[in-house]
Amino acid sequence: MTSRPIGKDVPRVDGWAKATGAALYTDDLSLPGMLHGALLRSPVPHARIAHLDTRRAAALPGVKAVVVGSDLPAVKYGNWRLVPTTQDELALARGRVRFVGDEVAAVAAVDRDTAEEALALIRVEYEPLPAVFDLDAAMAAGAPVLHEATPDNVSVTRKIAFGDLEAGFGASDYVREDTFTVQAVSHAYLEPCATLAQADDLGRITLWTSTQTPYIVQCLLASTLGLRENEVRVVKPAVGGGFGGKMELRPWDVCAAFIARRTGKPVKFALSREEELATGRRRHPMRLRSRVGFKRDGTLMAKDLQVLLEGGAYNSMGPTATFLVGNFGAMLYRYPAYRYAGAHVYTNHAPAGAMRGFGAPQALFATETQMNMAAEALGIDPIELRLKNAMRPGDEIPDVATVGTCGFAECLERVAEMSGWREKRRRGPGTGGGKGLGIGCYSFITGGVFNWFNTPYPFSAAEVRAYADGTVHLLTMASDIGQGSDTVLQQILAEELGIRMQDVQMTAGDTAMTPKGDLGTWGSRVTLMAGNAVLEAARQVKEELARMVSLRFDLNVVQEVELKDGMVRSKFRPDRGIPFAEAVAMAQKANRGKPVVGRGTYTPRDMGLVTPTFSFGAQVAEVDVDRETGVTRVTKVYTAHDCGTVLNPMAVDGQVHGCIQMGMGYALSEELVMRDGKTVNASFLDYKMPGALDMPECEAVCVETHDPRGPFGAKETGEGPISATAPAIADAVWHASGYRATGLPITAEKLLAALDGDDSIAGERRAEASCAIPDPRPRG
Amino acid sequence: MKQTIRLRVNGDTYEVAVPPWRTLNEVLREDLRLTGTKRGCGDGDCGACTVLLDGRSVTSCLMLAVEAVGHEVTTVEGLATARDALHPVQAEFIAAGAIQCGYCTPGMELSAAYLLSRNPSPTDDEIRRGLSGNLCRCTGYQKIFEAVRRASDRLKGAAPPDAAAGDPAAGGPAGGDPSGGGARP
Repeated sequence: MTSRPIGKDVPRVDGWAKATGAALYTDDLSLPGMLHGALLRSPVPHARIAHLDTRRAAALPGVKAVVVGSDLPAVKYGNWRLVPTTQDELALARGRVRFVGDEVAAVAAVDRDTAEEALALIRVEYEPLPAVFDLDAAMAAGAPVLHEATPDNVSVTRKIAFGDLEAGFGASDYVREDTFTVQAVSHAYLEPCATLAQADDLGRITLWTSTQTPYIVQCLLASTLGLRENEVRVVKPAVGGGFGGKMELRPWDVCAAFIARRTGKPVKFALSREEELATGRRRHPMRLRSRVGFKRDGTLMAKDLQVLLEGGAYNSMGPTATFLVGNFGAMLYRYPAYRYAGAHVYTNHAPAGAMRGFGAPQALFATETQMNMAAEALGIDPIELRLKNAMRPGDEIPDVATVGTCGFAECLERVAEMSGWREKRRRGPGTGGGKGLGIGCYSFITGGVFNWFNTPYPFSAAEVRAYADGTVHLLTMASDIGQGSDTVLQQILAEELGIRMQDVQMTAGDTAMTPKGDLGTWGSRVTLMAGNAVLEAARQVKEELARMVSLRFDLNVVQEVELKDGMVRSKFRPDRGIPFAEAVAMAQKANRGKPVVGRGTYTPRDMGLVTPTFSFGAQVAEVDVDRETGVTRVTKVYTAHDCGTVLNPMAVDGQVHGCIQMGMGYALSEELVMRDGKTVNASFLDYKMPGALDMPECEAVCVETHDPRGPFGAKETGEGPISATAPAIADAVWHASGYRATGLPITAEKLLAALDGDDSIAGERRAEASCAIPDPRPRG
Repeated sequence: MKQTIRLRVNGDTYEVAVPPWRTLNEVLREDLRLTGTKRGCGDGDCGACTVLLDGRSVTSCLMLAVEAVGHEVTTVEGLATARDALHPVQAEFIAAGAIQCGYCTPGMELSAAYLLSRNPSPTDDEIRRGLSGNLCRCTGYQKIFEAVRRASDRLKGAAPPDAAAGDPAAGGPAGGDPSGGGARP
């Protein structure tokens, strides 16, 4: 029996429950007397609500509540609590709707059919307002204004600048400027959002909700209901994927809790797939204009990046995206001079939010495609060009971040070997009979150090209770949404205490039962931040047990006590030791009955503006382009990645594979198609994700580094790889066909049009589009 | 308006009163409380609601409950015969790391079980085709394919020794070693 689970293919601790159907997701929960909720959404993109009549709905037998905006406290919410002016959302519209799907009213009834019937009885008269659906229209002089406080529709701007840009371009032998466009895509997690609220006699709320961020939901829900933070308890059941789309307070949470408080009955809302796709959060569409300068030998001299983010009708996570896209634009390579200006623009579309890779898929599609274009123009192999400029350990982005461990150069070498790059890439574009291969790279954060939520608590926390029966109980608010963090955190604990996985039990994601605080699952933060909190808690337990053994065996003070194989013993004299359970019993007795408990926290401090440490990786995609149909088939994807020290190879592989699926959809087939403000492909039949038949063979190797800031040396792996896939595929399409895509997705239609010389469809007409940010207009 | 129907599910007979427009998915989840069967889209596109009808995979969201009368329905709850006696497909989904969020898992397992019941030795291409009606957003499918290959081996009695079913409560299906065996190369 091993007690060293770190680095092994430990199966998931929730595997049995999920394989047997026993795992409970929010919509699987029900309570006696529970009401079923439904939301009335705006069918128009921008309008004043002239008249709202709910009387017939309220009179329908079985309807227990009909709620409109004026019933709720007028408290706006949003994740950027640090800057309250960014909090621009209300659960239900008050007098005005800003996108198709904006929530207007909520009903709760004895069953779902009645709730839906009631929705149809609500009469709303909309007085249409002019709407804006793209960046140019939204930023034009005299454009319709979405929020009066933001008269130019530019809600957030960010700048990053270092080095002497003019000098950098002046000294460049080769300068190019390109515009890239990327589309809105859906998280398309398989579990639609759901929430279940229950009120007690004093109106305090317990909310089971499909969320990545129980603590954020707790705080914001309390504020919108006028409750104190801890009068709301948020419990995270099993969550069927999130990918950034479930990290905010949402209207159904507010409505369920409000109605539960009013009626005294539990209330559940469960969204439909159509609601999810048509009105749900999405990845920011962006227009990126990038100017980059090189020496003749390929040395990077300067980069000037301007980005416009189409945010939709509300800020959501846009402020973070506006910063991160500029940060990721400066990653991967050594830029002696860099300037970034980004602006987040309101339009009358469903709001964009955080999505896997957050800012990096967009920034790195531009960066990596432009590197490939420059390599072609300079006559340098794309991998050689990257090696020449690759970030190395210890590199600095002035005033922003320091690169700690960095295996990027080795990743490039490895992926070149694995894929047979130097051999296969020798042939020119469009000469391989439709076959081609291309490269894209990534770097990503391992958790964010920024505190936009303005939490007064540690970023992560853990409590470890050790019992005299040999079991331990881990409590943490960290939220497993499918990525497997419960398993990894238990591995970390078992490893540190030298016990077996089955000795560990866990309570997680419950704001009332688990230690404060935790900011949730986003930014690939859980393994590093919650992992370090678990380690610290475990070490406290370990120290206490070591004292017992030291005393019991009268160990010399220089002797190390180790916890291994279920024993607490002298490392030098392993016979001098006792079983873990016995050591716990002894410690408890020595403390006059006080349980053995360790408490750990983690808050990043003095780690720059971004993250404790970055992951890196390089990916090569092989494609087959059918010249007749324009269809691109991805046949193989090679990945070499630096995620620090691998804690669970099987879980790491799973993250890489999942990133490839999502990145491939981004590259080739996924797009929320908008027409007059409406999402026209709001079903899985029309929204095309790669399926079992589409997936390429995937080969991945880890270039291991040991990061001193990660638990057991680990860094992130859940988000980074997604950003490499689209540029790698786009480059492979160029190699296969000669068509260089600067916009996504690369549909068959676009590819054929481009190969036939029609640039109007392929997106090149956008090359001249401006990314300039207009001077701010006076704010109201 | 409701009519009383008799449903055979996982070998048990249930008598339920349902409106004629209720889907099999709704009745399984809400009336019989068999919530292992998921609802991912309601349109038959994602396969999360897959169940077996007389051994054949169907999307329960596109079937009315009344249509299931007289047929044998198998849901994910009916796959394992006991807590520690998982169907080989389930055991291999766990062992191969084919489960992440788990929301597609019940439907995916039932599609796999159906495939293997018809074709005990599917080729890689046949596995892909067999699962093409089930969407997964987490795993990139690779480990799901691997799980089905391994389940196929197990069902044919050619199980690799480390893939024997173990006590899942002991930390995983990989037998006595809860850490899942040795380090990888």
